[in-house]
Amino acid sequence: MEREFDKAIKEMYKEKFLAPENEVRQVSAPDGSIIEIDPLKDYFCQERPKEHKPRKGVVEDFLNWARAESLWVLGFGTGCGSIEIPPLVTPRFDMYRYGVQMRPTPRQSNVFIISGYLSVKTLKRAIRSYEQMPSPKYIIALGSCTINGGMYWDSYNTINRLDHYMPVDVYIAGCMPRPEALLAGFGKLKELIKSGQGEKANEYARNFDWYKANQKKIIRDWNMPDYNW
Amino acid sequence: MLMSSTMRRIIARVSGRIGIPWYQPWIDLTKLYSLRTQISHGTMFYLGPVFRLMGGVGMFLFMPMIFGSDLWSNYSFSGDLVLILYFQFFGMLGMALGAGEGGHPYSAIGISRGLSQFTTIEVPMTLAVISLAIQYDTLSIAKIVEAQQGGIMHWTLFTNPFATVAAMLSLLGAFGHSPFNLVKAPNEIPIGPPTEYHGTFLGVLRTNSAILHVAEAALFMNLFFGGASNWFELIIKTFLIYFWSVFVGTVFPRFRIEQSVVWFLKWPTIIGIIAIIIYL
Repeated sequence: MEREFDKAIKEMYKEKFLAPENEVRQVSAPDGSIIEIDPLKDYFCQERPKEHKPRKGVVEDFLNWARAESLWVLGFGTGCGSIEIPPLVTPRFDMYRYGVQMRPTPRQSNVFIISGYLSVKTLKRAIRSYEQMPSPKYIIALGSCTINGGMYWDSYNTINRLDHYMPVDVYIAGCMPRPEALLAGFGKLKELIKSGQGEKANEYARNFDWYKANQKKIIRDWNMPDYNW
Repeated sequence: MLMSSTMRRIIARVSGRIGIPWYQPWIDLTKLYSLRTQISHGTMFYLGPVFRLMGGVGMFLFMPMIFGSDLWSNYSFSGDLVLILYFQFFGMLGMALGAGEGGHPYSAIGISRGLSQFTTIEVPMTLAVISLAIQYDTLSIAKIVEAQQGGIMHWTLFTNPFATVAAMLSLLGAFGHSPFNLVKAPNEIPIGPPTEYHGTFLGVLRTNSAILHVAEAALFMNLFFGGASNWFELIIKTFLIYFWSVFVGTVFPRFRIEQSVVWFLKWPTIIGIIAIIIYL
């Protein structure tokens, strides 16, 4: 009974929330013929993420060293922790020394800092951004909100445990952690990558169904493809 | 590459930071080539960076690097100046097509900004080159260098100062450092044309920008600063030309696109026209 109710709710949401530009529509092609376009199928890559086996031996070590020394961070601020990121580029902390740079687009970045609580609405955007990043990719979870919800643990609109929805490499505890803690987190991430443990993107691909089920449980208005490249 | 990292260190020092290690661009490049997932938006998306790389390499191929050396005059011939000016623009057009296929609206904005700025950069540059062609009565870079031999006072810098000033001002735009870096600055409408480019594509673009900068600096050295007769001279002169734009870049804030277009069409163009009128 309950399951049917859920189904009905889902159908309703699907109808209600499907954005107008994502509806199936008829378009006239340049040669005059009428074709049908289903944006969710035609404009997005529906392919599941694949696991990529690391190379072997010294080559992978060298590549891991390069990946660790050149961390490009996606400029995506969530929650209150994003205010701790700008000081990193100031003379006092200067993250450029460690090869950490900010990139404005997910296509060019490797590290995603979830900086604090994630509301359900933001979670959706965070997942889309994460999936667009080229692998290998890493997530740093900043603040106690990402670990157990922190001061928002009983909030109606935020998630409690981030690693149910996205694979996390490094947690930085605190409310809020200072920029020094963030730098230490980058140091920890570098260690992990150099030792070959920065393979969370593969883990995401391996446990894709589990992550998707968790994500869909909390995001009611799921109006995007399952995997959006 | 070394130039760009040195530049970023200088900018960091000016703003009171330590800055990146000097080898950082190479690490970035290795990382970009080592990414595991790549996606493409179509044929032109592949060809865009390739065209751009061709622009840089083409410029390099047809430029006499060292005066008097058979090997390092590369494939220069009697009309190479025109060809090189074309190559300078060619990469830009290829990039526009490639980024256009990416389909991201930010790329389209970036392209329109980049092309409009680059077109106005070309105006004083071309005027200066025409002035040189009239002055030396040739379109061959090797001949222009030859005419400048015999002491510092024979350099175009002193024999044709107006053309030099016009070209050096347009160089600021061609290198794309601070006052005119709106097109590709990371914190502008996300990073301009290469919004969708990642991994190897971006690696190719970065490799090219390194080649292109050296080639352009060498072009200016040949045209205005007497060329180079050995490697040491070449390196010193190209570095100094490069740092002219870096130093200006650290001091001045970024122009908006309509400001920079108007700026290029005002003083550099007027100076370029004066440079031509003198020799008419």
